[in-house]
Amino acid sequence: MIRLVTDDLRPPTDPPRRHLLSVADLTRDDVERLLGTARTFAASLDRHVKKLPTLKGHLIVNLFYESSTRTSSSFELAAKRLSADTLNVKSTGSSVDKGESLKDTALTLGAYDPDIIVIRHPQIGAPQLVAAVTDAHVVNAGDGKHQHPTQALLDLYTLREELGALEGLHVAIVGDVLHSRVARSLLQALALVGVRATLVGPPALLPRELPAEATSDIDAIRDADVVYVLRMQNERMEPGANYVPSLREYTARWGITPERLRPGQKVMHPGPMNRGVEIDPSVADSPDSLIVKQVRSGLVVRMAVLYDVLTGGPVGVQALAAAEVA
Amino acid sequence: MLWQQDLPGADLVIRGARVLDPVEGIDARLEVRIDDGEIVEIAERVDTNEHRVVEADGLVLAPAFVDPHVHLRTPGREDEETVASGTAAAAAGGYCAILAMPNTDPVVDSAATLGALVESARREAAVPTGFLAAITRGQRGEELTEMGELADIGAVAFSDDGVPVASAGLMRRALQYASTTDRPLALHCEEPTLSHGGHVHEGRVAAELGFAGYPSVAESVAVERDLSLAGYEGGRVHVLHLSAAESVGALRRAREAGVAASGEATPHHLVLTDDAVRSLDPNVKMNPPLRAEQDRLALLDAVRDGTIEAVATDHAPHAAHEKEVPFEAAPFGVTGLETAFAVLYTHLVKPGLLPLETLLERMSAGPARIFGLDRPRVATGARANLVLLDLDRDWTVGEQPFRSRSGNSWLLGSTLNGTVQLTVAGGGVVHE
Repeated sequence: MIRLVTDDLRPPTDPPRRHLLSVADLTRDDVERLLGTARTFAASLDRHVKKLPTLKGHLIVNLFYESSTRTSSSFELAAKRLSADTLNVKSTGSSVDKGESLKDTALTLGAYDPDIIVIRHPQIGAPQLVAAVTDAHVVNAGDGKHQHPTQALLDLYTLREELGALEGLHVAIVGDVLHSRVARSLLQALALVGVRATLVGPPALLPRELPAEATSDIDAIRDADVVYVLRMQNERMEPGANYVPSLREYTARWGITPERLRPGQKVMHPGPMNRGVEIDPSVADSPDSLIVKQVRSGLVVRMAVLYDVLTGGPVGVQALAAAEVA
Repeated sequence: MLWQQDLPGADLVIRGARVLDPVEGIDARLEVRIDDGEIVEIAERVDTNEHRVVEADGLVLAPAFVDPHVHLRTPGREDEETVASGTAAAAAGGYCAILAMPNTDPVVDSAATLGALVESARREAAVPTGFLAAITRGQRGEELTEMGELADIGAVAFSDDGVPVASAGLMRRALQYASTTDRPLALHCEEPTLSHGGHVHEGRVAAELGFAGYPSVAESVAVERDLSLAGYEGGRVHVLHLSAAESVGALRRAREAGVAASGEATPHHLVLTDDAVRSLDPNVKMNPPLRAEQDRLALLDAVRDGTIEAVATDHAPHAAHEKEVPFEAAPFGVTGLETAFAVLYTHLVKPGLLPLETLLERMSAGPARIFGLDRPRVATGARANLVLLDLDRDWTVGEQPFRSRSGNSWLLGSTLNGTVQLTVAGGGVVHE
């Protein structure tokens, strides 16, 4: 076998692989660096030619086990804007339909030596499993009700661009916190940068013992600078689930309407929205709504994340050791 | 009620060990002679009678262990465990008797299935093995099994372990009918409408990680219900795998009120809390789930004061590929036969949280008493059921292959103190 000279020039051991699995793994410095990188990329998007050569020659796999519009499209576009090759795999129409396990799918895709695997999966800890069985850098694009770290980062980015300094802000998170990975990631991210958070929702949809202020009184949103509205998922509202008696009653008691907001109070929503359920259409479309800006932030923040896991400072790999044992 | 393969009775002299039998009141450096599987002499100096001599200076010789809660996965999942492999694991863990749960495929709910298991145990069981039969046919919670016939064949007790008997009315009928067989009911206490879909104790860890919660009250309301029924009907009940402080309180009150109730705790519930779930390791997923520190301490108190009379492993083997999945997709259960003594010695006895004598009693005489089995003991005339322990030796779990067919241990890679040097079960040497 012919050995290439370059093999001998490589460092004796690879640096530890870097992932973005959970906001819990990030430090405030990590967040600042990622938001700074995102802002740099945002400037590039104002140019006539928007593509950067930064990740040319890298392979990014997007492995999606759940339907998604904005997350999957923004990860794909982020990779393309950075000139990376992309491979999109969805669970429907793939071997997953034939009963292939996540481990085997990850091993199969890992055999192509991707630099990054972006994964969305309905079960908690799926990204940790992929990180344990492949050599790729893994980015969590949402795992069950656990984490959605890029959503939390794009929300911080949006807040900073629109409101300036983050420290001292107050955000009310309204709705189905229990089933929301967005809420869990965002709570940790807000705490990291010194933003006060208040959870508001029906008692059965507020998790017990979550370390945050929580109330079922919708009037509590008036004190906040920003009202962050969570999606009310239809499946939670099936007859017999009894989290709330009905969608109608939920909307009457916790829906975000113009009457419940102060003038100038900003509104955010991770999408997809149920207009007329958790959010009144006039609120979604008002000048104080940051919802479309969040989508645009999603692109630049995901560009920053892809760039950062391949090149930047340390990102934690907590829980990885245990996943490897499993 | 226990069956074991034919083994030659041991001819042995064990010399130099600290002999420790808390129930017999023995704690002294003594020599023990075993003739053809029977303990014939215990003295400062015994005649070797040309037997093999085991030099045991610095070791502890105690009654071997009894595990009232083992899943042998046979019939149906022989890829995960068989009578032979499960009992070999038990021998390696220092056990001289185990009781197997009936939640197999098919469920042990008929004379034919139970009879076949008894035959397997006669052929392949390394240690004496007994079987529980189901309370309800197919463990479906609808119709009682033919408990009379099952008891005649040798069922030690009845249990729908793995699933609760959801109907209070049917539980009452089961208590009434089981009393005619003089067998206890071993109860998996879980209110399914409260645990529904839960994977992790409902507390801060579940809230932070996003797991569906399985609250303590899902167990304790079922424990309260079944103890009330047992008190009303005068039946004998044993509460399996206690996990919540509220359940322990209920058991303590029922016993003080004179209800014939007993309870068991597992090594994992005595050592771990739900904090371990932060690792997302499917090998810390079990039913009932690991709970909060206050629950763990309540269990430990109850083991200490005897409210909980038995330590049981709830040894639950699972195929590797079934645990190599995200936490929520993994089945409940962990193995435990080969690590139970060492992990409890390391984490409870060594730090001074539990006297060694108490641990030995709860792992042997306690469970034997609950299920009406002969108590393993260091006494002349007794069948030799002995374990020889080296409390000073360390080992790393998983370095040697498991005797169990499955490796879903939460202790993989952990270093533990205390090894089993020798197990004599039913009079024969089964592990050395």
